[in-house]
Amino acid sequence: MIAVLTRIFGVSNLVLAEDVVQDAFCRALEVWKFRGMPENPSAWLMATAKNRALDVLRRERTARTFAPELGRFIESEWTLAPTVAELFAAHTIEDDLLRMMFSCCHPRLPEEAQVALVLHILCGFSVDEVANAFVSTHAATEKRIARAKKVLANSQRLFDVEAPPDVSERLPAVQRALYLLFNEGYHGASPETAVRLELCQEAMRLTGLLLKHPLGSIPSTHALAALMCFNAARLPARVDSSGNLSLLFDQNRSQWDQDLVAEGLRLLDASATGSELTEYHLEAGIASIHARSLSVEDTDWESIVSLYDALMTIRPSPVVALNRAIAIGESEGAQRGLEAIRAIPDPERLVRYPFYFAAIGTFELQSGKYQNAREHFQAALELARNPMERHFLEQRVMACNSASAQQAL
Amino acid sequence: MSEFVFLYRGGEAGRSPERIQQSMQKWMAWFKELSQNGHIKDQGQPLERTGKVVKGKQKTVTDGPFAEAKDIVGGYTLIEARDLEQAVELSKGCPILEVEGGVEVRPVMKLNM
Repeated sequence: MIAVLTRIFGVSNLVLAEDVVQDAFCRALEVWKFRGMPENPSAWLMATAKNRALDVLRRERTARTFAPELGRFIESEWTLAPTVAELFAAHTIEDDLLRMMFSCCHPRLPEEAQVALVLHILCGFSVDEVANAFVSTHAATEKRIARAKKVLANSQRLFDVEAPPDVSERLPAVQRALYLLFNEGYHGASPETAVRLELCQEAMRLTGLLLKHPLGSIPSTHALAALMCFNAARLPARVDSSGNLSLLFDQNRSQWDQDLVAEGLRLLDASATGSELTEYHLEAGIASIHARSLSVEDTDWESIVSLYDALMTIRPSPVVALNRAIAIGESEGAQRGLEAIRAIPDPERLVRYPFYFAAIGTFELQSGKYQNAREHFQAALELARNPMERHFLEQRVMACNSASAQQAL
Repeated sequence: MSEFVFLYRGGEAGRSPERIQQSMQKWMAWFKELSQNGHIKDQGQPLERTGKVVKGKQKTVTDGPFAEAKDIVGGYTLIEARDLEQAVELSKGCPILEVEGGVEVRPVMKLNM
């Protein structure tokens, strides 16, 4: 909705667009609490936002400059309403979303700020959710978003999605934003739930939009879409029937969505053209091995380790290094896994990440060092971000206790 | 059974969409409970926060009301309850109380004919 309104008001009036949306939303909720939710809430919101946009345009026609390319239609009362109505039509909205996606990824912005903006404006993330997606603080994220909006507002015009060189230049940032969006839903830093399906679906929807665009539909976008399919296929098993988090190792694989696995394999096939090997290709490759394995033991961990090795060369990060170490532990034993974790060069960035300590704990538990394992699960527990993570880690702490008690006997 | 009007004052204006969303769910739950127990005569409507005030013999029309935000009526509901005591008890479940708003409970005047 903000994307449509920004098209109308002009990118320099982004804040105004946000205000209109917020206002429409708040009014809607105010009425719904008395009257109940309508059958089609989003249509209702769109209609409210459209009327509010018309109000604002009429009231401020003389005081502000709106979108320069629409200026003359908005100036005349004769063309105002049909122009706005046209912009709120479904097919235009898709274009607007794409346009906004690319506009957010402005080259004057650092990559992380671009992503923050996409998450915030297109996906309606609150500042806290954006901060969690980046493992950053509320204050820092707020500042980053405010600064990014200023840059965007100064750019005067929205991005032209018809211009090939510009699209290719910005595409990687757009892909990365979608990737992070999916991960935020999948690994959920939200305080209430471990998995937020709607965020994953949103990321898949926007990626689908990108695949429909002739310039966006390149191998790496297919790989990204494949990766999302493989991970989404595992979602039904990620949280068990009592709402507890279940890791890849413990999941009931018969619950995996085979349609999504098939779709992922199809997309992965489609991505295997051209000369470019991206992190999405590698991650989708890793995910496809998991998706096709019948059990943890049946998994080809060696191939996974080598894909992680490749990933470390094109996109090194502490989290990738940690996942690589876990795969090494699976293929070569807990001791080698521990060594790999200790060898991670930049562990400071992981110390707020609960699964860093949980991974160490798991390997120590496997090597029979129950006391050390317990301490690490305890450390992870203090970092747990939602009740499911907490419950999961508490169980691990208890497992250590009972294991060491048995040892004492 | 007697009738009462709940007037909701103050509370929600200018809060974030997330907060309002949470509050909407609480309101819907509260209304549902009241209506299941047969206390709702008319669930009522929310009111815009401003309008016009018409006053006196001169029928002067001014913008308003410009009372303090906490005093502005934001909506109403027509309630059925045994007596004022029960109506007051029912009003205590209103989510507006969690956001520094208030419920005014007013018996509807009736004559027994």
